[in-house]
Amino acid sequence: MAALRAGKTNNEADQPSSPVLRFGSDKPLKLDAGTLLSPFQIAYQTYGTLNDARSNAILVCHALTGDQHVANTNPVTGKPGWWEVLVGPGRIIDTNRFFVICSNVIGGCLGSTGPASTNPATGKPYGLDLPVITIRDMVRAQQMLIDHFGIEKLFCVLGGSMGGMQVLQWASSYPERVFSALPIATGARHSSQNIAFHEVGRQAVMADPDWHGGKYFEHGKRPEKGLAVARMAAHITYLSEAALHRKFGRNLQDRDHLTFGFDADFQIESYLRHQGMTFVDRFDANSYLYMTRSMDYFDLAADHGGRLADAFAGTKTRFCLVSFTSDWLFPTEESRSIVHALNAAGASVSFVEIETDRGHDAFLLDEPELFAAINGFIGSAARARGLSA
Amino acid sequence: MRRKGDDIMSVNGSQRVDLEVVANLIPPQSRVLDVGSGDGSLLELLQDTKQVDGRGLELSQRGVNECVARGLSVIQGDADKDLEFYPDKGFDFVVLSQTLQATRNPKLVLDELLRIGNRAIVSFPNFGHWRVRLSLFVKGRMPVTQDLPYSWYDTPNIHFCTIRDFVNLCEELGATVEKATALDAAGQKIGLSMPWWFWNFFGQQAVFLLKR
Repeated sequence: MAALRAGKTNNEADQPSSPVLRFGSDKPLKLDAGTLLSPFQIAYQTYGTLNDARSNAILVCHALTGDQHVANTNPVTGKPGWWEVLVGPGRIIDTNRFFVICSNVIGGCLGSTGPASTNPATGKPYGLDLPVITIRDMVRAQQMLIDHFGIEKLFCVLGGSMGGMQVLQWASSYPERVFSALPIATGARHSSQNIAFHEVGRQAVMADPDWHGGKYFEHGKRPEKGLAVARMAAHITYLSEAALHRKFGRNLQDRDHLTFGFDADFQIESYLRHQGMTFVDRFDANSYLYMTRSMDYFDLAADHGGRLADAFAGTKTRFCLVSFTSDWLFPTEESRSIVHALNAAGASVSFVEIETDRGHDAFLLDEPELFAAINGFIGSAARARGLSA
Repeated sequence: MRRKGDDIMSVNGSQRVDLEVVANLIPPQSRVLDVGSGDGSLLELLQDTKQVDGRGLELSQRGVNECVARGLSVIQGDADKDLEFYPDKGFDFVVLSQTLQATRNPKLVLDELLRIGNRAIVSFPNFGHWRVRLSLFVKGRMPVTQDLPYSWYDTPNIHFCTIRDFVNLCEELGATVEKATALDAAGQKIGLSMPWWFWNFFGQQAVFLLKR
């Protein structure tokens, strides 16, 4: 929290409290936007030990507003890592057994080059001068990080939502480097409805006078109100109507009667306001624009002549897809269409739909059936890869 | 297709024999698709004993989740709808075990099996078995036997056939019967030398190896 509040810039963006790999002008990042990003940096975390054969590496890809702090205390929020229920010593992704890597995506705001990073050409934050970043750009950068570790083939690439898009991109772009792939609660393209929600969020940010055309750091401001509204709207899409009703119903917040005003009378209002407020303490508004855009632009089939199966032609990667019944952001049909494409490509694929009312965010929660599926898939893949238990 | 993961056992006590007959038809290291893979018994048997590259398609989500948790490569899907997504001759063997009679369009499903697999293995309960005939003939009731435990109103089995019916369908689809086995009520194989009418009368289950 201190990191984002202090000063006019975001310290965590340039000098992250995690390891960081810097690429000089000799190794630019080729962007889909048609330009080169250079110099650039990738902030990352690792857990566990890479074995001698370098065959036990798992790459975790984070979601829209996630970061590299999968299984350690987050330096900005002070909260546990975002996937500690799954990743850690003795957990299903057992860091005593696997070498787990997670990097902040390019365009993010926790240490990999993004709009909050200092543009070396101007000495000021990039803001909107950073080219639009795509999912493929993120994966291209991750691939350079994997090269740095001397890992030829990742044992597994996994992630949910935007992380799942990266998993699919990995499997499509570098099939020979991905032994197994586990995309969760995701799609091979962003739907019109999802783009619509993202656009609402972006417009909320841009409508905030403190946004200043993206140059808010130079004005000593941050568009907190706009970003909070964006987060509130998005947060609704991560849950489900059933879960909202179960948790909040029409319960009133710290009061016995309606106030006939516009305070947060209802618990759900108070909850959303809290979500919005805590979010702006940890996330950069411009980065939110870039992250949402990267998902909107994602369309794996379009990159392969409109036929998704061609994105996976000849793949030897073992796939497991997971969806949740109450996820209306990435409904089961999205996963099923990927499964059909993988079938058509002759790929080895498992597909599990998990019954839950917890919506899209179920992938981040303690879901026993999700864990059982991941455990079974990782276990059999490890046997096939010759990794000892 | 089977509706519950445990149906594979409850359909018939001699189910294990049926699985073994199927498994014996499949050489090691084959690529196998098990349509209606249920609780994954056959896939597990094939993986353990034949090191096959096995995949499953199963209607019941619970069955699928259990299979995946056990490390099997299984997806949720419907034999009537989802076979069209598989490429031609993508597998050495496509197995349809005790599922044909539960499909909406058995002819189309069988046609798809022959397209996807170099060979298809189909096992099904024989509706021409003497107990079935007896039940209809004497009691005038739809048969409920150990082999076919459902009442007419709650059965998932909507397209029963006899061994003779199935042989006719194979001819219609241009499929060659490479091997056929009938199991009697005790789960014993009926001698190869016996004529079709004998199989059709005493065979409680049949297993066919087909090619087109």
